[in-house]
Amino acid sequence: MSKTQSQRLAYGEELVALGYENKDIVVLEADLGKSTMSNLFQQEFPERYFEMGIAEQDMISTAAGLAVSGKTAFCNSFAVFAAGRPYDQIRQTVSVGKLNVKVCGSSAGLSDFGDGSSHQAVEDVAIMSAIPNMTVLTPCDAEETRQCVRAAVEIHGPVYIRTMRNDLPDLLPEGAKFRLGEPRVLREGTDTVVFAHGTMTGKAMEAAEALELEGISVKVVNLCTMKPFPYEAVAKLAEGMKAAVTAEEHTYIGGLASQTALALRKSKVPMDYVAINDSFGQSAQGPEELLEYYGLTKEAIINKVKEFL
Amino acid sequence: MANQEIIKQKLQYLEEQYHNHGTVKRIQRLAAQIRKDVVMMIGCEGHVGHLGGSCSSADIVAALYGRKMKLNPQNPDWEDRDRFLYSKGHAGIAQYAALAELGYFPKEDLWEVKNLGARLQGHPDRIRTPGIEANTGSLGQGLSIANGMALAMRLDNRPGKVYCVMGDGEQAEGQIWEAAMAASAHKIDNLVGIIDQNRLQATGAVSDRFDTNPLPEKWAAFGWHVIEIDGHKIEEILRALDEADTIKGKPTAIIAHTVKGKGISFAENQTSFHNTALTREQYETALKELDAQLAKLER
Repeated sequence: MSKTQSQRLAYGEELVALGYENKDIVVLEADLGKSTMSNLFQQEFPERYFEMGIAEQDMISTAAGLAVSGKTAFCNSFAVFAAGRPYDQIRQTVSVGKLNVKVCGSSAGLSDFGDGSSHQAVEDVAIMSAIPNMTVLTPCDAEETRQCVRAAVEIHGPVYIRTMRNDLPDLLPEGAKFRLGEPRVLREGTDTVVFAHGTMTGKAMEAAEALELEGISVKVVNLCTMKPFPYEAVAKLAEGMKAAVTAEEHTYIGGLASQTALALRKSKVPMDYVAINDSFGQSAQGPEELLEYYGLTKEAIINKVKEFL
Repeated sequence: MANQEIIKQKLQYLEEQYHNHGTVKRIQRLAAQIRKDVVMMIGCEGHVGHLGGSCSSADIVAALYGRKMKLNPQNPDWEDRDRFLYSKGHAGIAQYAALAELGYFPKEDLWEVKNLGARLQGHPDRIRTPGIEANTGSLGQGLSIANGMALAMRLDNRPGKVYCVMGDGEQAEGQIWEAAMAASAHKIDNLVGIIDQNRLQATGAVSDRFDTNPLPEKWAAFGWHVIEIDGHKIEEILRALDEADTIKGKPTAIIAHTVKGKGISFAENQTSFHNTALTREQYETALKELDAQLAKLER
């Protein structure tokens, strides 16, 4: 059983580390700092932290004003509020203007299991990906989250980073370096390729391990960059495979399933997906039972792989 | 109270100087020129333009660009500059006129506005147009952006001030009030919000939709220092801007009572000139009237 760590904590800590290195980094929050972990930055650099209250649209546009004045502004809230509520603000001044505003959608997907559908973003990757000039990052573990935060500062223009609420197993190999737009092969295989991000990358690895015992060889590829989506690299990774399967804690519309289908549009490799079936979430007492309810499990991935064999 | 008296005397003195040195007349001339440029940008070839809201704020724009703001047209990114933001971005053509008159880009660019590939877009575009601080056009967002700029300048110890012009119809947008709360909470005193209260919006009177009156009481309730003026009297505009400089620890809101379409007889107080095309007859009448105003203001 590999070690697990919190993506949220990794995010908050990396922001602080960056804050020491770069005096132009500022952080904005909409009253969820204790959860998004932006409060760590508040403790270290109170003069560069702006509590904007429960006003996400104002937060984003204020960040835009800071960004045009030379700052790199990190905005924080739950994914559903960070991406959804200020969608127009992100689209207009920030994205049309290619500004250095980095939006962190915390507790994304179904990971805020208790709060229910209002707090569970099933469509955030889709809506953010649809915006031109946007970069969308979906790290699969704590280390990859740190790398994404760092990369976000280097990227010129708006960035959306999706982090999960609950601890996730460490997946990145020792010494792995982040490269924007590059899918990472976490496990080699020759029968089927599984593309995944976030929570589902871990599930894909578990599925591959189980299938190996049955003599089925599965390649597992992690997609940390959902935009710019690596269409060519994905098509290349699927070459020679019997099938491709995608897995995401997100609706199949506009996310990994849709993008992969697009990538394989000229390929002869068939594909299928594991994803939320165009429905909202709901409350549960734990994250795993919710993932199970919505079919986001290693078993679901195993079944999809077997369908093509 | 002695302090208040000193401030009052200072402002009075400045006002006299503006008259003595011909400042008021010079700004009136710039405002008339801006209105003329706006009419010419719209033209009479069937292209539509936001005539009404550009004319109602032309005097404010002229006072800011012609006198109040510290700027360097040759260096639009000069870090100590004052910043202007049209939250009511559809009136952008008035700002384009001011920028052209000050030399931010060649005046010829004005006549290309909204053409495919043009430097000047339908709403302010930071990437394409020198002198534009941020993209606006989606209403209600400008004051937040202005707050952000003001906060950044404070962090960097820059002396500049931010001037944000909003519409009165725009006061319906909830985000305006989020930004109003934020400016007060963060004590943003290097920012002035100016409401161009021309009483009309796209499809009719503001008061027939959400009557956003009383504006002065609302802004004061949100913790702002409030000044009410006639938005077409240059002396009052300048005096209000000077008064704003004396206010510390809180932002200032200037409620400017204006006339939509001001300066063009057939357009004044008409909803129909919010965003419209001009007939050849209207175009020529407008130019004639504005040329007459300019002639009267000749030295």
